[in-house]
Amino acid sequence: MEALLFERDTILAAFWMTVRLTAVSALGSLVLGTLLAAMRVAPLTTLRGAANVYVTVARNTPLTLVLLFTGLGIGANLGLTLSDDLATNNFWLACIGLTAYTAAFVCEALRSGLNTVPVGQAEAARSLGLGFVKTLALITLPQAFRAVVAPLGSIMIALTKNTTIALVVGVSEASVRMREMIETYGDQVIEIFLGFAAGFVLLCLPMGLLFGWLSRRMAVSR
Amino acid sequence: MSYSNLYERPGPRGILRNRVLAAAVAVVLLALAYLVYVRFDEKEQWAAAKWTPLLRADVWSTFILPGLAGTLGAAVTGVVLAGLFGLAFGTARMSEHRWIRVPAATVVEFFRSVPLLLLIFFAFFGSYAVLGVNISAFTAVVFGLTLYNGSVIAEIVRAGVLSLPRGQSEAAYAMGMRKGQVMRLVLLPQAIKAMLPALVSQFIVLLKDSALGLIVGYDELVDRGLNGIAANFSNVIPAAILIAGIFILINLSLDRLAHRLGRR
Amino acid sequence: MFGRSLYAVFAVLALTTTAACGGGQGSYASIVDKAKNDKKLVIGVKADQPGLGLRTPDGTFTGFDVEVATYVAKQLGVEPSGITFKETVTANREAFIEQGQVDMVVATYSITDARKQKVSFAGPYFVAGQALLVRADEAALTGPQALNGKKLCSVAGSTPAQKVKTEYAKEVQLQEERTYSACVDRVLGGQLDALTTDNVILAGYAAQHAGKLKVVGEPFSTEKYGIGLKKDDTAGRNAVNDALAKMFSDGSWQKALEASVGASGFPVPAAPQLERY
Repeated sequence: MEALLFERDTILAAFWMTVRLTAVSALGSLVLGTLLAAMRVAPLTTLRGAANVYVTVARNTPLTLVLLFTGLGIGANLGLTLSDDLATNNFWLACIGLTAYTAAFVCEALRSGLNTVPVGQAEAARSLGLGFVKTLALITLPQAFRAVVAPLGSIMIALTKNTTIALVVGVSEASVRMREMIETYGDQVIEIFLGFAAGFVLLCLPMGLLFGWLSRRMAVSR
Repeated sequence: MSYSNLYERPGPRGILRNRVLAAAVAVVLLALAYLVYVRFDEKEQWAAAKWTPLLRADVWSTFILPGLAGTLGAAVTGVVLAGLFGLAFGTARMSEHRWIRVPAATVVEFFRSVPLLLLIFFAFFGSYAVLGVNISAFTAVVFGLTLYNGSVIAEIVRAGVLSLPRGQSEAAYAMGMRKGQVMRLVLLPQAIKAMLPALVSQFIVLLKDSALGLIVGYDELVDRGLNGIAANFSNVIPAAILIAGIFILINLSLDRLAHRLGRR
Repeated sequence: MFGRSLYAVFAVLALTTTAACGGGQGSYASIVDKAKNDKKLVIGVKADQPGLGLRTPDGTFTGFDVEVATYVAKQLGVEPSGITFKETVTANREAFIEQGQVDMVVATYSITDARKQKVSFAGPYFVAGQALLVRADEAALTGPQALNGKKLCSVAGSTPAQKVKTEYAKEVQLQEERTYSACVDRVLGGQLDALTTDNVILAGYAAQHAGKLKVVGEPFSTEKYGIGLKKDDTAGRNAVNDALAKMFSDGSWQKALEASVGASGFPVPAAPQLERY
């Protein structure tokens, strides 16, 4: 227990990093994922194709590699610098990687949500004179969102846990600290693991409950 | 699945407009791709010296194929164990007995919340403190994959069973089946069929997650393949593109397989 | 057949996996006996460090550590054909020795008191020191003091970078990477300015990228590389130390070092003093 008490501030800082990574990437991936889902059902073949290729690649590549591409590919080779401060730069690179990866899953969830919206909804919208963008934005996507609250919740919980892999681009979050602590306090491995695990349970469990509650509240009864 | 009901079938002008827009999108995308190409070219990422090693037979037999064997070994073991774990805990969580339901739910919720990386770290470094023996990297990876993905599968199974019409179990009870029979003869087979896409995408997640084994020195595709090749030829990006390609190929074939199974 | 038997299958599988991971080999008390009787040894080396321990495409291992291991094995009575090299990473070296997965570890393995609690060390067979790896055209970066405002790379879980920050250059920005290769890539790409770790490891990379990278800075720490053995194997430790003493005296040690990292211009130092205990 001493290890956990002794390093309390470091651990809290590490989890604060986890929270920030999750929040930024969750927001980013919801926006990008929605955009991708819209692209995948768009009337333009090239838009559909591009979104299709993107989702296939991002969904089937290990996150480790996605983050490696953001760090080495975007960071070192494309020369994208988001901040002069290395730590801040790495943080944003990690967010880009996590967003790029998670967005593909958000897109897939939304697309399956679109499948649950009855054809009549879109047809009714069109008969009112709404075009593609308005039909999607006002009628079908909102209903699709309501249908996939629970899967989106799982994706966001997965994202929270995936932030541990940000160590690949040099962000010191919880997993880095846990590893360091295991090295320093070799005799307290179990306490250290349970402490860090508890941190993630504290983050993920409320998220699970919230999304469960939301999905029940927002479920469309048909 | 076609989404053409989202827009009117375009008339002659609409078709023309769509073609122009599609071409514009294509131009923008190609310009982006070209920009990336040029920037990578400046850093000599397309240099032949970095790519030709990837075509050598000995590079494949020493780095890629053993790595692939490691990845698949961990993934297949993980899939089998996680599937069993998921079935066991998914059904246990629906038990009528509180003393089964509550512990099962606790276990599932706990392991669903703990990152895989932490589980692998704990298994690998903590096994000595807990069990008195050091476990191998393979076991640590499989341990993590099983508990983490197994818990997710447990939830998928539970959701699948709960999504079935109530008439199914009522009819089965009416025929005089017992609880266990209802579950395994009526509910689970239907639930698994309905949940097949979700199960396969979880298996794909598991396969990708096995790449985390590199953290404890397990010989898999990223560690053995990517790092091994890059250490010899300092071509991280080309090697990473190749390894990512291999993962995508495997996962796509899994996806195909699931579709074929789903149609039957 | 789906229900109860399923739980049974699960239980059996769970048991077999736990059983499968428990057992190691290690029927011999000392590495000396194993070498003498089996004529075979399993030796843990690094697989991704050019110049020290590197797995090459033909499946063999090369580097200074590998040379040392081969020489020591030969002295113990094991021909090169009887050696199986096995990759070890920083995280699993102690575990591999304790479990008997390897008979000894020669893998840039620094002798520390913490590690002596778990394994025993023969050697040191090399005394390394922390230094910097920079681009060859970098004139201003001459040592750790010049790192203020610069970007420094190190490998995750290692302390050297922190030492630079606290003792030499408070304004340095630290980047942690998973592998040295990734650091090297970023230094070459110009995104980071320097990589810090033991000079001999850096020399391996400088040799690999001859003309593009160079090692700078007087070594500002001491890392004694030892050969890791089972904790209670005193006979083995003595035998390995004898083998090392012979390697130092007959010139093989200098030759091996020169062949492995000489291309970087790394000056071959005098052989270290063995620390028998």
